[in-house]
Amino acid sequence: MKKVFAVILAITLVATCAFALAACQPTDEFKIGFICLHDTNSTYDANFINAAYEVQEALGLEDSQVIVKTGIEESEACYDAAADLVDQGCDIVFADSFGHEDYMIQAAQEFPEVEFCHATGTKAHTAGLDNYHNAFAAIYQGRFLAGVAAGLKLNEMIENGDITEDEAHIGYVGAFTYAEVISGYTSFYLGVKYVCPTVTMDVQFTGSWYDEVAERTAALNLIQNQDCVLISQHADSMGAPSACEENNVPNVSYNGSTVAACPNTFIISSRINWAPYYTYIIECVQNGRAIDTDWCGTLSNGSVELSAVNTTAAAEGTQAYLDDVKADLIAGDLHVFDCSTFTVGGNTLTSYLADVDTDAEFTPDTQVITSGVFYESVERSAPYFDLRIDGITLLNEKY
Amino acid sequence: MANNAKVREPLIHISKRDTVPLKFSIIVRTIAIVSALLLCALLASFTTKGGFFGFFVELFSGLFGTPRRIWNLLQALAILLGISLAVTPAFKMKFWNIGAEGQTLIAGLACAACMKFLGGTMPEFVLILISLIASVIAGAVWAVIPAIFKAFWNTNETLFTLMMNYVAMNLVRYFVFAWVPNGSAVVGVIPHGHLPALFGQQYLINIISVAFLTAFVYVYLKESKHGYELTVVGESENTARYIGINVKKVVIRTMILSGILCGVVGFLLVAGTAFTINDAIVGGRGFTAILVSWLGKFNPLYMILTALLTVSLQQGANQIATVNRMPGAFADLIVGIVFFFIIACEFFLKYKVKIRTKHAQNDSNVNKEVKA
Repeated sequence: MKKVFAVILAITLVATCAFALAACQPTDEFKIGFICLHDTNSTYDANFINAAYEVQEALGLEDSQVIVKTGIEESEACYDAAADLVDQGCDIVFADSFGHEDYMIQAAQEFPEVEFCHATGTKAHTAGLDNYHNAFAAIYQGRFLAGVAAGLKLNEMIENGDITEDEAHIGYVGAFTYAEVISGYTSFYLGVKYVCPTVTMDVQFTGSWYDEVAERTAALNLIQNQDCVLISQHADSMGAPSACEENNVPNVSYNGSTVAACPNTFIISSRINWAPYYTYIIECVQNGRAIDTDWCGTLSNGSVELSAVNTTAAAEGTQAYLDDVKADLIAGDLHVFDCSTFTVGGNTLTSYLADVDTDAEFTPDTQVITSGVFYESVERSAPYFDLRIDGITLLNEKY
Repeated sequence: MANNAKVREPLIHISKRDTVPLKFSIIVRTIAIVSALLLCALLASFTTKGGFFGFFVELFSGLFGTPRRIWNLLQALAILLGISLAVTPAFKMKFWNIGAEGQTLIAGLACAACMKFLGGTMPEFVLILISLIASVIAGAVWAVIPAIFKAFWNTNETLFTLMMNYVAMNLVRYFVFAWVPNGSAVVGVIPHGHLPALFGQQYLINIISVAFLTAFVYVYLKESKHGYELTVVGESENTARYIGINVKKVVIRTMILSGILCGVVGFLLVAGTAFTINDAIVGGRGFTAILVSWLGKFNPLYMILTALLTVSLQQGANQIATVNRMPGAFADLIVGIVFFFIIACEFFLKYKVKIRTKHAQNDSNVNKEVKA
């Protein structure tokens, strides 16, 4: 009996100590929590996580003030993670994956005193919640510039006699037939076409945001069976870039530079730099200002970023050329989705209704073309360009 | 002497133990778990800021740090235990059903389909009832197909049930694409047919339901005629036939039960937990359940412990990984180490390992001489 009593006493003691430890943290300290679908093995999540650590250092925050939860599925796991971050005293909870949105809204409704920010989401502007916000960036401009770098490479290959003008055929590995991906590959293609007018492109989808084998297989199929001479991708593993390196095919990457793994074939990469947005929301909360319901990063505020050009693989003079085009984009003299530069089913577009306000049936609701320009990421930050333009062939539309 | 050299005992001698006293087995298992945790903490002392003791503080905080974490732990326990219960009757029959992942997933798909297409057209409780029935039927169908093939054509059930998992996964992907025309493959929260929160706790119904299932499976296996029959089939099909048990019937009936149980869990997962469907929703728990069931010796009461150990390790190790900014693989490593120790200790509980000593060698020599 004495023994049992002693054991119970010991357990109680340990438990009390642990609770006391947990309780003695100061509560007035600012905290931000991040919810990520995968860990840093995914280039997509790594881009969010590394930016969080950069901002932590820049703002002089402690490790305990920046909590990053990785491997959070797009299910109740997201709500549980958000609620747990609130329990830990977070003032802001940020989630990085599209499928997290409904669970973030659920948490935002339950904890009105905490700010919830969600990347790539579409519902903030219609949700009617003061503490729920969406954010994205005009990444189509970054992809356009990356496309220009790819086009210059094609021109160099044509000049060297490696390929003819008609063989300027490139490949793209995409995740899903979803506006974010469609907008991405179309802006990339238009960038290539801006300098290399004869280019055509094949797109193969993998049906997953992160599937290394599928991305690799898709890249190999594009290289070996579709005769693509250059590859780019919008999926989050190293599958496509490493397949390119092995086959010595130039590659335009996404989410950050892959030059370390692909020193001979990596040309350039565009990415969204999340640091400006993180800094913005942290400063808003610390100064008691309201966060924008829907925030869109741009080339000029540093959210849309291009990596350093890899001179081993890129055409000569790429950087200088890109600087000029970038200046034109920022000045508004050049538009990525200028309707005079592409056709849909042989026709030039003069008007288009996009599905901007998310509803159950995904009904198109907003006019997005004015004076011959499709204005992307203006009506809301998340992309809504979902047109299939001529010159691009989708190899497997099913996704 | 030459003769003696020939019959020398091997250096390591393994023999089967008879029965092991309960107290002894508990002590051995406790030692195994404790030493595994000590090893993990040692590992943490090299790789984390918190070091050796920080490992235990964070493990504890991850499990019991807030009331919400305790609820989440119980919820994780309920789902894993539920699937483990589902695979157990078939395992006891030595029918190697590794298709619980697919059976649960297809049940979840059926449930989500009901919620999506019937939601709003009928009262919520009718919708919940229909979702439950649909889930149970879907789970049972997914389980009975390999059972029929096994019973009538003696196909390999392990491969068959495994393949059924992939069929289920791809069906879910197909329907997710079909249901979401914008191509994002995210169904999102379906607004209708949610199980209600009891006393403000969304997970309470799940936990109570699985508690009932545990009691039911325990009684079914221990007390019912069905339970007796499937045990006999597992021990020896010929004996079963000899005493007049219809083996085909038992195989099919038991797999239907497995499927029904998976169906219930799939329903709890979609209508009571996630309110959505995607191919990752079961998240490998259909496979982890196999381990839980085996280590629990197919006894639902022991399985509560093995399932609790599994989910505790996962949740606690995730907390350690989060605090120390390590990738998700760290949690897998911790779980892996602990299970390695447990499985190793099961070996030592079943077998006696004798290392030849000088003394033993002399003994055997003496015996030989006496015999000669």
